[in-house]
Amino acid sequence: MDLRAIAAMPTDAEREAVDGVLGPAGEDLPTGLRAAKTHRTLLLPGLHALQARLGWVSPGGLGYLCGRLGVPPAEGYGVASFYGLLSLRERPAAFAHVCDDIACQVAGAEQLCAELTARLGPAEHLPHRADAPTSATRTAARWMRSPCLGLCEHAPAALVSVAGPEPRACAFGRASVARIEAALLGARPDTPETLLGGEGPRRLLARAGAVDPSSLTDYQAHGGQRALRCALELGPAAVLREITDAKLVGRGGAAFPTGRKWEAVARAPEQPHYVVCNADESEPGTFKDRVLMESDPFAVLEAMTIAGFATGAERGYLYIRGEYPLATGRLAHAIRLLRGEGLLGPDVLRSGFAFDIELRSGAGAYICGEETALFNSIEGFRGEPRNKPPFPVQSGLFRKPTAVNNVETLVAVLDVIRDGAAHYASVGTAASPGTKLFCVSGRVGRPGVYEVPFGTRLDALIQLAGGVAPGRRLQTVLLGGAAGTFLTPDELTVPLSFEDTRKRGASLGSGVVFVIDDTVALSPLLRRLAAFFRDESCGQCVPCRVGTVRQEELLARLATGGSFESRNAELALLDELGQAMRDASICGLGQTATLAIQSALAKFRPHSGAKP
Amino acid sequence: MTQPAVELSVDGASVTVPAGATLLRACQAAGVDTPTLCWAENLTPVNACRICVVEVEGARTLVPACSRVAEPGMTVLTDSPRVRLSRKLVVELLGSSVDMSRSAEFSRLVSRYGAQPERFGPKALTVAQPVKLDNELFVRDFARCMLCYKCVEACGTDAQNTFAIALAGRGFEARIATEHDVALPDSACVFCGNCVGVCPTGALVFKTEHALRAAGEWRESEQTVTDTICPYCGVGCTLSLRVQDNTIVRVTSPSDSSVTQGHLCVKGRFGFSFVEHSGQHKP
Repeated sequence: MDLRAIAAMPTDAEREAVDGVLGPAGEDLPTGLRAAKTHRTLLLPGLHALQARLGWVSPGGLGYLCGRLGVPPAEGYGVASFYGLLSLRERPAAFAHVCDDIACQVAGAEQLCAELTARLGPAEHLPHRADAPTSATRTAARWMRSPCLGLCEHAPAALVSVAGPEPRACAFGRASVARIEAALLGARPDTPETLLGGEGPRRLLARAGAVDPSSLTDYQAHGGQRALRCALELGPAAVLREITDAKLVGRGGAAFPTGRKWEAVARAPEQPHYVVCNADESEPGTFKDRVLMESDPFAVLEAMTIAGFATGAERGYLYIRGEYPLATGRLAHAIRLLRGEGLLGPDVLRSGFAFDIELRSGAGAYICGEETALFNSIEGFRGEPRNKPPFPVQSGLFRKPTAVNNVETLVAVLDVIRDGAAHYASVGTAASPGTKLFCVSGRVGRPGVYEVPFGTRLDALIQLAGGVAPGRRLQTVLLGGAAGTFLTPDELTVPLSFEDTRKRGASLGSGVVFVIDDTVALSPLLRRLAAFFRDESCGQCVPCRVGTVRQEELLARLATGGSFESRNAELALLDELGQAMRDASICGLGQTATLAIQSALAKFRPHSGAKP
Repeated sequence: MTQPAVELSVDGASVTVPAGATLLRACQAAGVDTPTLCWAENLTPVNACRICVVEVEGARTLVPACSRVAEPGMTVLTDSPRVRLSRKLVVELLGSSVDMSRSAEFSRLVSRYGAQPERFGPKALTVAQPVKLDNELFVRDFARCMLCYKCVEACGTDAQNTFAIALAGRGFEARIATEHDVALPDSACVFCGNCVGVCPTGALVFKTEHALRAAGEWRESEQTVTDTICPYCGVGCTLSLRVQDNTIVRVTSPSDSSVTQGHLCVKGRFGFSFVEHSGQHKP
């Protein structure tokens, strides 16, 4: 391989940023194909470093990074242009991403965007949209619209980053023009504590709010590390048995049995094994994993260590979305403390078990929450999902057997191991034992994260969260997320368990309970969902790449009355499109992109003028 | 040692294929015509176009025949209502967004599946854009690009190992690009033309052909194809010379050639003008 380098030269600041990740240029990495194979995983961290230092990824900076890593510049550009948080155009060092997704939309994001346009000037176009001018190499825009930032309980939300030698980033709720302007000037707008509610035993949220997230001592004083000690005593086989007996299933949306996943990895003959924590939570309306990581970071890391012990892995990767700077900082701090105390490293708790965790940040791509896209992202490739099979338990990260779990699933592991499967199943339903976190947001009195036993009725949960405002009528609830289901007021008696929701053609998804009262117009909400899928499709397969565009166009026709045939003909077309996308798309994004919208159109007539 | 065999059922017929063979191969063995667009025998399958999807009993979704490995006892349906619907929609989605008019295979699929790309309306978003003319050897007409990844694979590890182009952007705005979208002469491109050789839709076209087509003088019915051996180095690549009016208009190599697997270098692909030189070098 004889790679041609980019002609543009890096500035000193760009060299410094890249060398900060890769080490000094003198003690060089091996070059050529071998370098590309072994060091490509540092591509995204390098891009992050350039973005944080300069506020954009310049040709010179990208060229220097690619040259040192042995990555072809065209491929480096392909990776950089995949992510929403990376800019390939020069822009001001202080920049705001302003959420206009569903939860923020109903909290006045459009008004906020209009005010921002008046005050700061027009927004930067999304880089991958057709309306983006491709020739311009610089922009004066100081903000852009963003998909869900995971701060739905404090909507509207914004993420502000200030590039420089000491880069800063902060995400905050209750965004206003004044607060965004202050953040652009370097202030850190406060965000109120997230309301933690629920009913029944507090397990997943046992320490949240009660423990100092920066103190390992405090974590241990609250029972921290007990599960890990139990696991080391039990041994891997017994740990796997407990997880299987507890019928623990994944909380990221797919509800796959965790025990089966771990056993498959533990048994896989190929070495090494990896553990990956999927903290790329990006489903619109979802913020439970953020709250867990911000308030109880040691718990996530302890559970990953147990996963490593049970599956025979010595290395874990925690992939957290780039929109969560506070959680990222707390996890990084926690990892340092754990290493210092010998709770991570070559000899965990002097048991002879070696395990360490690497923290990786996403850069603005919902699709990287798809497990195989996540692997590609860590490996330094575009976040395009892989075809399955082979499944991650056989061929995952770096094509090795990998156990990949959602944050909430991992935290649930601690209770299972510490108290045993039987105790874990003492609440919940027979088929869905234990408790579950729900992200309640929208037009509800007390939005927040709620922990309830499986089987709790949806209407009871909404009551816990204060219900809709007095005098208002509940119109519908979006359950599960952007790929979930809209439920009518009559359907709210559904018990929140995997089996009961499945029976009703719905799913718990990522635990989204997005409450919509009669003041909210459904049409713009549905169009925002369609725009979300269109923006977040990776573009790899035809059904999703073009299908998400066609769905968005169809909703626009319905909304503006520009339908070229009858409403029924449009719905029939969407039915066929949805069926083909479900059947023929590579991954879950395309397979589920029409579900919520189809459920709304079947149950309501959001575009007929009169509210349903 | 005999290779272990896998027995499975395709549309009710029992077929046997070697272990590791794909469902596409099993379909071929069963005599079932399975359409492909992004697949090519000389490239790694990317299963991006999804036209080859088939139904496997017990699977939640359809599976791409081009890359799914056959397993013992699989029951495969290639013409079920689900398969027909998905294939029709893939044709319609492609046809409504990309200029597929140069693909004979695509026209065949439109009639085979009764596809009506126009039903997404006259305002359906397309990838229409001006032709990129930035070098003397080939043009890039991305209004015809269906993102099959073949050119990227041919430029990369499947043939040339030059890595001058890659997928950039995301979603509907995903595109084939050089670094920072620079013109080809400013990129790593070595002008081997292997990307042109594998392009199934005419998005990448030799300049000679592009000029003739633009002038309305491209007459396929009058063209002949002659196989010969490249005169340059000692490798001895097979060349297929397409000739119109006694002029070479396109040079390719058969994809089943054991020497080239269909791929050539810049000299074999483009260095033929001496043939037409009227001077004293004529043999």
